[in-house]
Amino acid sequence: MAQRLGMEVSVALGEAVKLADADVIAAYPITPQTHIVEHLAELVADGELDAEYIPVESEHSAMSACLGAAASGARTFTASAGQGLELMHEVLYVASSMRLPIVMAVVNRALSAPLSVWGDHSDAMAVRDTGWIQLFTENGQDVVDQVLCAFRIAEDRRVLLPVMIHLDGFHLSHVIEPITLPEQTQVEQFLGTNQYPLPLHPNKPVAMGDFGPPFIYTETKWAQEVNLRKSKEVVLECWQEFGRTFKRHYQPVEGYHSEDARVLLLTMGSFSETAMTAIERMRQNGQEVGLIRLRLWRPFPFSEVRRAVKNAELLIVLDRAISFGGPGGPVCSEIRSALYNQEKRPKIVSFVGGLGGRDITVDGFEQIITRGIEIGQKGSEQEFEIFGVRE
Amino acid sequence: MPNYTIFVPRLLTKRENFAPGHRACIGCGEALAVRLACKAMGQNIIVVNATGCMEIVASQLPYTSWRVPWIHTLFENTAAVASGIEAGLKVMMRKRRMATQEINVVAMAGDGGTADIGIQALSGAMERGHDFLYLCFDNEAYMNTGIQRSSATPFGASTTTSPAGKVSIGQFSWKKDMPAIAAAHNIPYVATACPSYPFDLIEKVKKGLKVKGPAYVHILSVCPTGWRCATELTIKIGRLAVETGIFPLYEVENGRYKMSLKPDKLRPVNEYMKLQRRFRHLSEKTIKQIGQRVGEEYGKLLEKAA
Repeated sequence: MAQRLGMEVSVALGEAVKLADADVIAAYPITPQTHIVEHLAELVADGELDAEYIPVESEHSAMSACLGAAASGARTFTASAGQGLELMHEVLYVASSMRLPIVMAVVNRALSAPLSVWGDHSDAMAVRDTGWIQLFTENGQDVVDQVLCAFRIAEDRRVLLPVMIHLDGFHLSHVIEPITLPEQTQVEQFLGTNQYPLPLHPNKPVAMGDFGPPFIYTETKWAQEVNLRKSKEVVLECWQEFGRTFKRHYQPVEGYHSEDARVLLLTMGSFSETAMTAIERMRQNGQEVGLIRLRLWRPFPFSEVRRAVKNAELLIVLDRAISFGGPGGPVCSEIRSALYNQEKRPKIVSFVGGLGGRDITVDGFEQIITRGIEIGQKGSEQEFEIFGVRE
Repeated sequence: MPNYTIFVPRLLTKRENFAPGHRACIGCGEALAVRLACKAMGQNIIVVNATGCMEIVASQLPYTSWRVPWIHTLFENTAAVASGIEAGLKVMMRKRRMATQEINVVAMAGDGGTADIGIQALSGAMERGHDFLYLCFDNEAYMNTGIQRSSATPFGASTTTSPAGKVSIGQFSWKKDMPAIAAAHNIPYVATACPSYPFDLIEKVKKGLKVKGPAYVHILSVCPTGWRCATELTIKIGRLAVETGIFPLYEVENGRYKMSLKPDKLRPVNEYMKLQRRFRHLSEKTIKQIGQRVGEEYGKLLEKAA
């Protein structure tokens, strides 16, 4: 029987990669991702995980080595954060365009300057359009479960796309939580082995990564888009199967007291758990508030988002990144555009907060919701408000 | 010198793994070098190609000239991609996820992809000791984008980003010594080659493939388009590069230098330079200065190989 044990989330993530029996891990250390790759290096050094650990000289090379490993048919994993994710930026597009099923944990971190090793979603938002399937996680168990799902989704023949699992730097990666690690045999059954259809091999030569002149480039991009959109079915199917096997259930958009709420708050990642406590407290005081948590970021769950907010009058979106000189938070922009053409839609208020590791407490979330209601009634001159800033 | 024309058909495979029909320029020394290297390597290889001339001329969707498994991803990451493939094959054979057989991983890049933008990935892959062969096809500038200077462009050459002008001599720096940088990684095999010496090139590629660990072969590839020379002079200019001492042929096996060809007397550098319009603006004084430097460098190499 699988045991529930207290362990650091980064270590648990490494254990999940071991359970998935990854073949190649190529990684470059960056705070706050280090505990993940250190633990994996230990597992390989002790012979507990039979894998090739490539200690590359940069994140650009980490993702590049992953391209090679995945193209040879190996089950491939890496992890990065912040500046590291930015350095591998151009390689991310290649991974998805060449249909290479790589799994990467992104331990969300702010971007320089000033240098900050602490968490926010700036790194995640900068890689929004790279064509990866992207999931946000809320707690340690969620992280472990999504790592296992990620390999299954990525390697599914109907998908063959890389998957990014986002977890908040420090706030999630470095905390110790009670986590159940599934049994090895169950995981083996759930995942199967990686059967990449056209690996690089002399027995059947393939040419991968030709260049595409204008007469064919558009078609390749459209094929990629259709494929990424369709992957949602496989994601949902995977979560259903995961629920049946492991009795833990996941949805693209998850609500908390959201059905009857007139005012909804939308969050992503581990801050959702603090927000839940705030919602609970406000409801006890008679306020009709609820929470929506966006788990599946790409492909974007349009229908689920529309359904989740259909009864609300006001939707407050909290972003942990700024689109400089733009409409506010990037998540809020997407929510707005997803709802704009709906006949019945809530008013939308954009907040940015929790940048560079600054915490938002339960009181903080109450303040955001209260101020959001005020803006909803009176309007605001600003496109968005930044929470808790000293001017 | 044996009369090779009698033996060539027996010495070389007729199979072209780098097939004809690609779009390389007339007289391209690099396409010739790739063709010869492919003849040397056989079919149990996986080629990792950097962005550059050879990738562009031979891989336009939906066509390819490659009759062996081939992958191109980006410009600067060729050695890193090769690392990943080598590691993937190794672990999958160990875990019995694929049949055990000898498969050689070969990375190919131009001088820009090697000496400039790709040097970090290459250094990392050599330092980690992956079992792979790296071929640098050096045509001494970014030819694919239109003859821009790289760190491998020779001193004085006029390129589109180091143009000779009223106050400019052309390329202002001396060619980066990439084989020496590779050798400094203490890898088992480093060599220089040129398709003007086809059997020497083939032998070196074979040796590089055979050694366990990283091997690096630096191949001078005459580029009539960029060097602004006659297209029928490719072979001759390659020979002159070697005979003038500008591009000596040598090997470094486990740290030991060995000259592959030691002319009794070096030809004057001008014999090589006067055939190329990229050098035509240079004064006699500058050419003499270049000749002196070439002589010094050649002397140092002979000392290492002594």
